[in-house]
Parts: sequence; structure tokens; C-alpha cells
Amino acid sequence: MLFPSPSPSRKPARVVVTGAGLVTPLGLGWKTNAAGFRAGRTAFRPVSLFDASRQRVKTAAEVDLPSAFPQTSLGERRLSRLDRAGKMLLLAAQEAWQQSGWEPAENLPLVLGTTGGGMLFGEDYFRRALKQPYPHRGQAMRAVCYQPQMQARLLMDALDFSGPITIVSNACASGANAIGQAWELIQSGQAERVLAGGYDSLSEMVFSGFDSLQALSPTVCRPFDVRRDGLCLGEGAAMVTLETLESAKGRDAVILGELIGYASSIDQHHLTQPHPQGNTTQVVMKSACATARITPEDIGYINAHGTGTLLNDSSEAAAISEWAGRRASTLPVSSTKAHIGHLLGAAGAVEAVVCLMVLREQWLPPETAFEVPDPACKFPVVHEPQDANVDVVLSNSFGFGGVNATLILRRWA
Amino acid sequence: MGVSRIYVAGLGAVSPAGWTVAALREALELGKPLPAQPLEPRRDQPLLAHLVPNPPTRPEFLSHPRLRRASAITHYTASATLEAAAIFQQRGPENPRLGLIACLQSGCVQYSCRFFDETLRNPATASPLLFPETVYAAPASHVAALMKNVILVTSLVGDPSSFLQGMSLAAQWLVEDRIDACFLVGAEETNWITADALRHLDRSANISAGAGALCLCRESGWSMGVELAAITDAHTYSAKNNRTRAARSMRAQLNGIPGHGDMELLCDGLSDGSRNNAPRNGRLARLDRPAHQSPAHFRRGIDGRCRLAMRRRL
Repeated sequence: MLFPSPSPSRKPARVVVTGAGLVTPLGLGWKTNAAGFRAGRTAFRPVSLFDASRQRVKTAAEVDLPSAFPQTSLGERRLSRLDRAGKMLLLAAQEAWQQSGWEPAENLPLVLGTTGGGMLFGEDYFRRALKQPYPHRGQAMRAVCYQPQMQARLLMDALDFSGPITIVSNACASGANAIGQAWELIQSGQAERVLAGGYDSLSEMVFSGFDSLQALSPTVCRPFDVRRDGLCLGEGAAMVTLETLESAKGRDAVILGELIGYASSIDQHHLTQPHPQGNTTQVVMKSACATARITPEDIGYINAHGTGTLLNDSSEAAAISEWAGRRASTLPVSSTKAHIGHLLGAAGAVEAVVCLMVLREQWLPPETAFEVPDPACKFPVVHEPQDANVDVVLSNSFGFGGVNATLILRRWA
Repeated sequence: MGVSRIYVAGLGAVSPAGWTVAALREALELGKPLPAQPLEPRRDQPLLAHLVPNPPTRPEFLSHPRLRRASAITHYTASATLEAAAIFQQRGPENPRLGLIACLQSGCVQYSCRFFDETLRNPATASPLLFPETVYAAPASHVAALMKNVILVTSLVGDPSSFLQGMSLAAQWLVEDRIDACFLVGAEETNWITADALRHLDRSANISAGAGALCLCRESGWSMGVELAAITDAHTYSAKNNRTRAARSMRAQLNGIPGHGDMELLCDGLSDGSRNNAPRNGRLARLDRPAHQSPAHFRRGIDGRCRLAMRRRL
């Protein structure tokens, strides 16, 4: 029963991650991505997915999808109903599922974050609908598959589970919000296990949108560098299997890390611009720390939202510097958007998995193109590959529309 | 944990009948179908839609800087939310902590189509003013800026059952004492592409537009005398889970609630498409009661994906 709560007075459950899967422009899977992020590799190249010749910027970070997909319960025909975004979602979810050792199940919630869902089906539908005479063939399928709940349902069928589907679309905070909402479902006792994450593919419309705003970098993505001139777009997916500590221990599952804090806030300053001093960014970081019962002194690394735009990075830098206080001068910060671009609805989820890598493997992801810090940065920006001794990490995600989200993860030792 | 009981503090609606709940109620009581109007004649056959009429007077909220170039869906969302807020603003606390959850299926299709059309013509001249208004999160963002004291916001996308998913999330925020009241809004706008898409799925159905809003709160004294009694688990259809099984499970959950014998039909998810309605009626008929006596509030997914139910206590 979703309401009333089955056990309103119970102690909040501890939530651990037992599986993580990701697909990014650096490659498929944990191992490839960990090597790439650790070394500070970048994945930007000329756009090949659509004609970008008339755009101001012509580069992005594209995923190379495999020619053959792993075996799932979906047949070839139903697999064809997934566009790039859906296929990346499936690959990431399958990796997380296998790693967790979960079995087919019923009443297992799925919480996804996305900004576009099946946008590529939508674009295709639109192009065909404009043609004269109108070719109707396949349009019904495109109309259905455009909707993200269809991708979610196909994912459930592929992995042979069912349960309630929640799809969060808070722009670029969607992936972090999805993981955060899953955390809340488990903490509150509404679920013992949740599959959660985010996904988005590059699309002509969204690329053109960011280009029209002149938010894309014509050079390289350099978050927090004083010479930064914009973001780079990317695509990908990341999924995590979250469950109660009790459940994980009962299964003897390998625990990748513990999700100890989450908060969300709303910045009402402007639809697309953050408050210059990052007021609500401070609020969301403070709130997340309160849920985790920690202080900035306990944080060992921040994976910043760090898009590389002038306004985002100065606002976030001001907020981190103010919020962290004296701790700021020694608190390492970097943005992995410098490697793979901004993955929009997938960004928060991918960055959460990068944080798990940091905790598991004890290194920090460097921004290799970073040289000169923005004056607002009172913290060191990680710009060279380095090992580290990190127990707690914080990940920020901020979206168009002002929804901010912060996740805090702890090392499982 | 804060509270265990949740109340309805207000309602708001924008529909083809007009810009208030009263206009919608009047149209429902008349019982006559509202006329469908032709949309932009892009197709070989005219596409029909039930459009929202222009408001009788220019809404005051349009003077807010954030809403001047917002799309129709944001206007509907704002109007329904403000109407739902009326009672709470009179009876609720000063400086309440508010939440806002927007539930969408198609979202901001008007500006999305305009922007993509401009992109296909020439991306170098596509309008940067349009693009931010294409994101699903735009209506909730604007309305949060319009309302005071909104501290939690989210936008959920899905089939029509997402509204009850949103209600569940609102209940969670209220129970955990994170907010005093939550506005839950479902909103859609129409344009030719959604009408075209629906025609591919159900030729007898006409697309419609508008918004519906509920204000949920933590205190009975702030409410309009209606309490949220229960929201069942959600049931996604799959090879293992069909409508009959989902309906049986929901009924079992609802029957476990004290006072379930007093339940009445609130509304259901029937559309004007026979293809969608037939299996639903058939399944309900097998649950020992005819569909019109069903105690549950059923929501129908446009592609039949998910179903959950709620009931109220008077």
C-alpha cells in the first residue's frame, strides 16, 4: 500500500548499492569507465548521429553501441522498439542487475530519470508527419515508443521483473533525483529493493537547443577554469541496484557503497540560470549532509555538477566555498563532465556511479584540460590523476528549471 | 515521521469547459459532449481536439515575469494550482512549506514542435527563447516561482497513472513532515502532433487539454473536509501481470481499510475509445460487481501499461 505507510514509525533503513552499470562515451561497463575516468580521458568527437554542419558547435561525446546485445527476455522485434537511449538504459541496467545477483521478481520498483525518454522516436515521428503524402506506416509504434514508460516497461520485460514505474524529469537533476527517490522509498519502508538510475541519448533537438543558447563550448569543456566557455553534450546511462543493508547481508551480496544522504531543493532565480551565489545549492548540500548526519569536514571529494558554463560554475564554486568554509581549501573537487560531456538526465546517475568507483578504488577523477581556477574556487580542482583516501563523497546535480539534487555516498569497508 | 493522515485542501481545474472547477462541474452536470474543433490543417484528414477556451479575462498571473512567454501548459498548470490554493491560503499557516509535483505525459509539445520545426529549417536561426520552455520541468519551475514558499518540486512523466504516483510521493513528503501542503498537478496541452499520434492509437478518440490540481495538506483544519484514505500499490502490466490480477490485488488492499463498505465510485479511467474500454469493463465485471459500482478510482494508461487506485474518506 503506497498510503497509508505500512510502518510509519519504523527506523529508517540503511540503503546500500549492490550493483552498478554504466554506459558512457568512454565505453561500456564499470572496468572500462573506471580506467577512463581515472586517467582523465576525454571522449569528444565530431557529431555523427545527425547533421550538425549548420550548428555553431559540431562536437559531442557519443556512445559506441555494441553491434550485438546480450541475451535478455526481449526478442529481436521488441529490442527494435528501443532507441539509442533505451538500449543504453538496458545495457546499464543489465550490468547492474548481474552484478547485484538479483533474480526475477514482482513488485520491484523502477525509478528512472530522463529528460528525453524516446526522443529519437519523437523526432522521427515529427519528420515523417511533415512529409506529403504522409507515410503512416510505423507511426503508431513511434508514438508509443516515444514515451519513456514504454522504455521502462521493456526494461522490466528484458530483466523479467515487474513493479511500479516512476519516471522523474527534472531536467539535468533527473538521474540524481531518481536515485534519491529510490533511496527514500527504501528508507521509508515502502520497498526493500529498487532499481534506479538515469539515461538520455544525444538528439538533434536538444543539441540545437543548447547551441541556440550558446551554452555549448566551441573549444573544450573546462569546468571551473577561468577560461571556460561552455559545456559539451554527451549521452549515456547508469543504473544502480539499491537495497536495505539487511537484504544485502541476507544474500551475502557484495556491497559497492552506502547511500547515506540525499536532498533536493528548488532554485527559483531563473528558468535556466542559477542564483549567482548558489543560495539553494548551499541549501541542498546542507540538507543532504543533515540526512547523512555528517558535516563538510567528513567529505573527502565532491563530484560537482560543473557543466563548464560561466554561470553554473561560478555559482556552484561560490556555493561550495561558502558551504565548506575552512574545509574548502583542502576539499578536492572535479567535474567528470570534462571527460564525457553533460549527459543531461543520465548525468546524476553516471556521476553517482563514478563516486562509487572513487570509494571502491580510491582515486580521484582529474580534469586534464583544467589550468587556471575561477576566482570563486576556494577549493582545489583535481587536474591530475591521483590516488586518494576517501570515505565519503558528495555529488551535485542541478537542472534547468532550478531543481537541485545532492547525493552522499560512503565507502563500504 | 510527522503525520499519518492527509487531507484535501483544494481543487483546481482548467478544461475545455473553462478555467475553473465550477465550469467543469457545470459541463459534467449538463452531460453534453463539448464540441471538438479542428486543429491546424496539416493532414489529409482534419485533426480534432477539445481545446481550452480563452479565459474570460486575462489571468493576473500572466503579469509574472516568468510566465510572460511560457507555453499554454504552464498557464493551465498555474491556473489550476492557484485555484487549488485558495482555501489553503485562507485556512493554512503563515509561511507554509509547500511542495509541487507536476505529472505529465506529452508535456510541452507546442514549443517542442515549434523549436524542432525551426531546427529542421535552419538550426542557426532556431529561437533560444523557445528551447528552455520545451523541457518537462518548465511548468513546475514557473509555477514554483509564482507561488511563495515552494521548497520541494518534481516533475513526473508517464501514462495517466503517474498522477497517483505523484500523489503517493506527495503523501510521503507530508508524512515525513517535510512540507505542510503539496500541490499535485496533472497537465497537458494539445497541438497537431499529439492529435495525430492519438489518431494512430485510437481513431475514435479526440485529444484534449487542461490541468487538474489537488492541494493536499497535513491538518484537517486546513482542508475542505475530504481525507485521503488510501493509495494502493501500482501494478505495471507485464507477461505475468494483467488487468484482472491488478484489479484483484487493488480490491484486496482497499478491502483491508476500515470503512471500505462506505466507498463509492469517484471517477474512472474510461475514455471515449471503445478499444481501450472494452477489456477494462470486462475485467471489472469479473470482480463480482458491475463496473459502475466499482469502489475504486481507476486510471487507464494510454497504452495500458499501469494501473493503481485510490479512495477517499468523507
